Amino acid sequence: MKFFKYIMVGFLFGFGAFKLEMVSFFRIYEMFLFQDFHMYGIIISGISFGIIITQLFKLGFVKTSSGEKKTFNPKAHTWPRYIIGGIIFGMGWALTGVCSGMMFVLIGSGYTVFAMFIAAAMLGTFVYGLTRSKLPH
Amino acid sequence: METLEQIHAIMSAPWPWWAGGITIGLTLFLLLYFGKEFGLSANLRTMCAADGAGDFADFFDFDWQAQGWNLMVALGAMFGGYMAATYFSPGHIAHVSEATVASLNEISAGVEGAQFTWSPETGANVPIVPAPTAENPNVPDFWNLYSWSSLFTLRGMIIILGGGFLIGFGSRYAGGCTSGHAISGIADLQIPSLVAVISFFVGGLIMTYFFLPFILQIPI
Repeated sequence: MKFFKYIMVGFLFGFGAFKLEMVSFFRIYEMFLFQDFHMYGIIISGISFGIIITQLFKLGFVKTSSGEKKTFNPKAHTWPRYIIGGIIFGMGWALTGVCSGMMFVLIGSGYTVFAMFIAAAMLGTFVYGLTRSKLPH
Repeated sequence: METLEQIHAIMSAPWPWWAGGITIGLTLFLLLYFGKEFGLSANLRTMCAADGAGDFADFFDFDWQAQGWNLMVALGAMFGGYMAATYFSPGHIAHVSEATVASLNEISAGVEGAQFTWSPETGANVPIVPAPTAENPNVPDFWNLYSWSSLFTLRGMIIILGGGFLIGFGSRYAGGCTSGHAISGIADLQIPSLVAVISFFVGGLIMTYFFLPFILQIPI
């Protein structure tokens, strides 16, 4: 059962995401209207813990389960893809109130119509793959 | 037994924002500890590749089976969502602020029965997602967005399929999503990830202020 541990990590994330109302269309709408601290609190505290955890791995204080030092891939400093791609992603995020992790959580929560959302997202990814060489990166 | 009931009661109450830091931090820690990364939108590429998209574009011609672990994270997220929704979320209420309830009612102004209420004693009566559930069956038609019947309206089609397409295209173009860039990338102090997240917000604000109110008012 080498996959069991990953299912458990996903379970933890999905459970928390639903309880924290991160799956909520209305919470995302509220966030973009700057009307409550809730979503910002989640993001800021998540990043804060994330920085500490990532640095512990980078500096070698914590090793991976196989005893190796975790390596990180630095991202290329080319800007168009992050700006244009980011704006497109952000528009989708606010339109449906869902990001790519939440679509899995929502299907599990009983909103099975998100199977079609995932199909549309796969189509979007596929179209990106086809047009990739023509897009500015 | 009493202890279990207490745990259930604590878990069923609305979680404060700092619980998000613990949830996200623990998820990131475990994935790094297993030698992996935290980034859920990569699964979209994997699923395309698994369906044979490698025949059409080199972008999908990679060893997708090595990404199987990430699909398992997504599968686990489905189970987690099921458990939280079914056993730990009485009423399926989103505890949004009074200001947000007012903004939502502004959009649905004039539509009979489509208003949400908010009171200091009971908080909001806004459902966690815009769709009726067994726990929350009284969602007005105006806010019924996440259902199969909604998918077959122009408005629902734009919101479900349009949003999905933008998420799928944008996340791969930008090289990551809210988990890959906002959490993993910024936690690694990557400037490109910060630029990407600022762009996510620019796109989100454009949609929220300029398009969403009109899309929601498309007659159903």
